[in-house]
Amino acid sequence: MQNEWNEIISPRRGLLDVNFREIWRYRDLMTLFVKRDIITQYKQTILGPLWYIVQPSITVLMYMVVFGGIAGIPTDGVAQPLFYLAGVCLWQYFADCLNSTSNTFVKNAGMFGKVYFPRLITPISCVVSNLVRLGIQFGLFLIVYAVYYFIGTGCGTVNAYALLLPVLVVVLAGLALGFGIIISSLTTKYRDLQILFTFIVQLWMYATPIVYPLSQVRGKSLMGMDLATIMSLNPVTPIIEAFKHGFLGAGEFVGWGWLCYSLGFMIVLLALGIVIFNRVQRSFMDTV
Amino acid sequence: MASAIEFDSISKQYRLGQVGRGTLSADLSRWWATTVLRKEDPYLKIGETNDRSIRGNSDYVWALRDITFDVQQGDVVGIIGKNGAGKSTLLKILSKVTTPTTGEIRTRGRIGTLLEVGTGFHPEMTGRENIYMNGAILGMTKHEIRSKLDEIIDFSGCERYIDTPVKRYSSGMTVRLGFAVAAHLEPEILVVDEVLAVGDAEFQKKAIGKMQDVARGQGRTVLFVSHNMAAVKSLCTRGIVLQNGCLAFDGLTDEAIEVYTHKCCSVDAGRIVDGIYRKMKYLDLHRISFNGTEATESTINGNQKTVELKIEGTTSVPVDVAVKVIFKTLSGTPIMSYAEGRCTGVLEHIEGDFTYVRNIVLPQYIAQGDYSIDICMHKPSVLDYFYAKDCAIVHVQHSDDIQGLPLKLKNEGAFSLVSTQEK
Repeated sequence: MQNEWNEIISPRRGLLDVNFREIWRYRDLMTLFVKRDIITQYKQTILGPLWYIVQPSITVLMYMVVFGGIAGIPTDGVAQPLFYLAGVCLWQYFADCLNSTSNTFVKNAGMFGKVYFPRLITPISCVVSNLVRLGIQFGLFLIVYAVYYFIGTGCGTVNAYALLLPVLVVVLAGLALGFGIIISSLTTKYRDLQILFTFIVQLWMYATPIVYPLSQVRGKSLMGMDLATIMSLNPVTPIIEAFKHGFLGAGEFVGWGWLCYSLGFMIVLLALGIVIFNRVQRSFMDTV
Repeated sequence: MASAIEFDSISKQYRLGQVGRGTLSADLSRWWATTVLRKEDPYLKIGETNDRSIRGNSDYVWALRDITFDVQQGDVVGIIGKNGAGKSTLLKILSKVTTPTTGEIRTRGRIGTLLEVGTGFHPEMTGRENIYMNGAILGMTKHEIRSKLDEIIDFSGCERYIDTPVKRYSSGMTVRLGFAVAAHLEPEILVVDEVLAVGDAEFQKKAIGKMQDVARGQGRTVLFVSHNMAAVKSLCTRGIVLQNGCLAFDGLTDEAIEVYTHKCCSVDAGRIVDGIYRKMKYLDLHRISFNGTEATESTINGNQKTVELKIEGTTSVPVDVAVKVIFKTLSGTPIMSYAEGRCTGVLEHIEGDFTYVRNIVLPQYIAQGDYSIDICMHKPSVLDYFYAKDCAIVHVQHSDDIQGLPLKLKNEGAFSLVSTQEK
């Protein structure tokens, strides 16, 4: 009789005690959250989901003027719109995921305070719903690509590495989720980090080869090391570079080693994030 | 029967004041003590009982302290207590929204919680979409919701608006929809906090009816927090009274309500004049005595025909007043009132020092039991000079010889009725 308890609520629980089965049981909730995010984002707008396309288009135009035109940064022989669009799509996905997951606790405090469901559902659903946006923007990328393909110049050459796309997206999503939930866990009590973080995300883009190719920094040295190597330590860099190489043939392939580095980084980060998040979620209501 | 929930010395400590100020040092010293020195958490030792109205010395309070009780399967338990007594904290711990500081809760069966109706409603989504959303948040699967969708829409009575965004709903409609979803949850253990106080009278009736079905018909375990004593009385089989975070009473519902209303309504050993709720500035009250005493509790005997009210005070502005006295049951239902001024239109002029005395005739067959008294000095329908709400409690006691057979049960009504037929 004593061992039949379904659940024991106690002050402390093991670090690794993450209930994945429960998360799975609430998968319907996750799809509903995703649906909600998508439905409500552009409600009562005329352009609706077209905004998904307008935003990157304008950003790309801006980059073409500032980085391509004024600063004159080369784009590895690829047409500027394609080059920037490739970077912007992926980076925007990463940044959006990061921003939306990093305030999970603070933003949902009202709901979390009233009802229990596995908290991890919320950041995961953010990452998934942003995937739809990425999909649409990737569609835009393909259209622009097709245009350049028919023109016949500046579209580079698609190669087998393009097949890596799903892996790249998963690793990128994992990184964003990992960073996001760690930040959200750390900001329930002290909000300083969140303010710092929104600003770091902006700067982070410049440490990632979005507006310039990695080949441009190769050979330049910083503290006696190749700058390209230092930049590849940023786990997002290998992903962006692999994507650009796969679809546009831009630059050289970063190498499997660096991709594995990104993957490993993501796995460790995500595991760490889940452990911290799981610990915080149990009592964050008292401190948020 | 097997127990469905066991609360095992549950305590919850909160820090008062603002979070984030000075907590870094507390966090560090806590970390130092527990992780490095492997000692007990130093902040768990301090903490005071949770009394809202008293200023304490410690920054830490116990919102709950050593709560231990079992709930059997099929029990409908009403949890009552003053605001801030720890009721909601207890339910929050049970529903895993927060964790206890010490102790353990063991449960058997799926828990569904209703701490608020309409959690997670998104204003931009339609009623139908929100039903799915809210249902899923409460732990239902899509399939379960789909099978009950028609029932839910029907129960809410919002059929016409079901494909309209919820932001266009009136607040009443929103809570109706929220409650409708929640009412169709089917967990083994249902935890309900104050949600019956929603909607109009018709809907409240419907909501209580639904809760009764859940509690009685379907034999599920229900924990129910409410200030609505009538609802607690009609729903629950067992009552638990929390006071300042401690378990004050555990037993039959009627007794629990009695304990609670006594604790809550009586101004302990105080004077009636101290229980004044609001008052005009120019009025200074020295003494109010009711039933021959200034104390808040008194007894009316069976052979007593009248009860005396005496108000002494000073007014710096001359005014015309009448006095109103309302007898209420402990759950707040007004039973009878003395309102001479309103009935006759005759007011008494007072100025300077005054003494206002009235002998109020009691009805012949007032039933035995406890009544809460409101005393008010007013100009009828114009303004109140002072209002003393629940300022006194009178115990009506009968001796057998006056009425033959007095009503022994306290819940048979305020008056005993007689027929015109001669015996």
